[in-house]
Amino acid sequence: MSSFHPALIFFVGAILVALVRGRLQAFLAVLIPVVGAWNILHLHAGIDWNVTLFSYALHPMHVDRLSLLFGYLFHLAAFIGLIFAYRAGDTVQRVSAILYAGSAIGAVFAGDLITLFIFWELLAITSVFLIWARRTPRAMRAGLRYLVINVVSGVLLLSGAIVHYHDTGSLEFGYIGLGSLASWLIFLAIGIKCAWPGLHNWLTDAYPEATPAGAVFLSAFTTKVAVYALARAFPGTEMLIYIGAAMTAFPIFFAVIENDLRRVLSYSMINQIGFMVCGIGLGTQLALNGAVAHAFNDVLFKGLLFMSMGAVLYRTGRINGSDLGGLYKSMPKTAGLCIVGAASISAFPLFSGFVSKSMVMAALLEEHHVVVWFVLLFASAGVFHHAGIKIPFFAFFSHDAKIRVKEAPRSMLIAMGIGAALCIFIGSYPKALYSLLPYGADYAPYTITHVLSQCQLLFWSALAFTFLKLTGLYPPELRSVNLDIEWFYRTAAPAVVRGAVYAVRAMRGAASAASLALLHGMIDSARVTFGPGGRQSRTWPTGTIALLAAFLLGVYLVLFYF
Amino acid sequence: MNEEKKHIFDNPANVKRVVRTLVALCAGLFAFDFFYHRHTEISPEKIPGFYALYGFVACVILVLAAKEMRKLLMRKEDYYEGDDDE
Repeated sequence: MSSFHPALIFFVGAILVALVRGRLQAFLAVLIPVVGAWNILHLHAGIDWNVTLFSYALHPMHVDRLSLLFGYLFHLAAFIGLIFAYRAGDTVQRVSAILYAGSAIGAVFAGDLITLFIFWELLAITSVFLIWARRTPRAMRAGLRYLVINVVSGVLLLSGAIVHYHDTGSLEFGYIGLGSLASWLIFLAIGIKCAWPGLHNWLTDAYPEATPAGAVFLSAFTTKVAVYALARAFPGTEMLIYIGAAMTAFPIFFAVIENDLRRVLSYSMINQIGFMVCGIGLGTQLALNGAVAHAFNDVLFKGLLFMSMGAVLYRTGRINGSDLGGLYKSMPKTAGLCIVGAASISAFPLFSGFVSKSMVMAALLEEHHVVVWFVLLFASAGVFHHAGIKIPFFAFFSHDAKIRVKEAPRSMLIAMGIGAALCIFIGSYPKALYSLLPYGADYAPYTITHVLSQCQLLFWSALAFTFLKLTGLYPPELRSVNLDIEWFYRTAAPAVVRGAVYAVRAMRGAASAASLALLHGMIDSARVTFGPGGRQSRTWPTGTIALLAAFLLGVYLVLFYF
Repeated sequence: MNEEKKHIFDNPANVKRVVRTLVALCAGLFAFDFFYHRHTEISPEKIPGFYALYGFVACVILVLAAKEMRKLLMRKEDYYEGDDDE
């Protein structure tokens, strides 16, 4: 049977959702990914739609195992997120979330660069409302910065696509590999959305400013579309191994000292994407499978963590570690579900992170990247430390901040429950996920060696936390911001521009003063020479003129004789 | 607040119990390495307790380094707001 384009269901659905209000709207929103899932289950690898537009061959839909896996994932993420938003969402958030999910789905099924570009930009434009929906001046400004940077990524992608078409005569989106100018433009465009070191700050700037539900959607789509695009266009690009390693390592330092717990999660998100980027850089079948499997799991457990923190923000109105603590007393279910997410991201055995992160680690050793392996092992211990322990500890335990609120609304608990159940299901029965992976590679996560070494790593990391906490060496949560790359465009660049404006203004002032002074000088001297009583306006007696003429004639006569 | 029921970690003895359990677990996991030979791929893995020690040291270094970073990077909470409102 012929199917619909999966993105179309979301775009039409968003219009319907915009037309109704109240509970009907919330319910209809949840229904859309269900209808989408029914449609996408009828898709199979090999479907390819061709359209010729102005003599350009476009492929608005191209289905293979890689795009299908991300397609399933995005439907699942939209479903869970919209349940979470059942109570907390409003019309703006629901409509933009549905359009955003549709854009992500459209992007992973795009078979050509122009279609990809369109959905790439739609991702930015539709999602910014999830930040603006917070309706604070802070969120407005953060959203604007987010939009500018993501649109720049799209412009780079379009430039790359045009140059690529000029070079090769094809717009098809497949393996590109580094080399030509076009490939570098596309590489950089993906790098921005992927939050590479130095290009990452839009993410940690904007996501924590979004609404409680908005951050859940944001964490699922944009960066994972970038991971997908990287896996399709640049697998086996060695540089990515080192970019990925840097991504796993540097954010954990920021995460340890960050106070806003959703910003901690944003930093840990970059850390997790680092594992995926690293796997894509390795490019072996095991590594690529590991990268996409980890992307799948990350959407679920990071979504779960963002939901639990969203629930805390929704109920208490606070999200800083310094303001929270002791919430297990009033939100015990949220605390329990948060711990499931924490265990999953930390890759505890029987939780989802365990079965996917280790694929990348194993692939690194197979390819003899021992140094990078050590960096990633460091990051694995670090992620447990800042996301696995810090998030639940400072929100739900730690010192009691005496906040007494109601447990999270039922719809939020259901959404978190689904996420948690999937984390445990995939962790305990990894074959379910492995059977969907695009590349044929056998991997057995549950060996005694692997379980033992992972338990040793994690429990001793927990011991380190306990040790530092009990000895008072652990840095306290402080109300503060930490400078990152954004300082350059939020403080330094505006200061330079402001300085330049002042300098130009000062120079213009000095120049006009100087020219005015010059003009006055000229007028004055003219007045002296030609004005009343000036030398040039004096009247001379006739005798003087006759004497002068006689003198000149005399000089002439003398000159004539010589 | 007075009528509020006592929660599990309001009792310091329970916190101590958690810490003791953790220490015991860690000791046990470390000891495992002397009885079970892991299938190692690289030589450092052969050191007994390699993963345990690496995890512990990594986290201590991470936290202490991050603490030092604060001196350089930490600013007041409204650091950026001051600029934006200008």
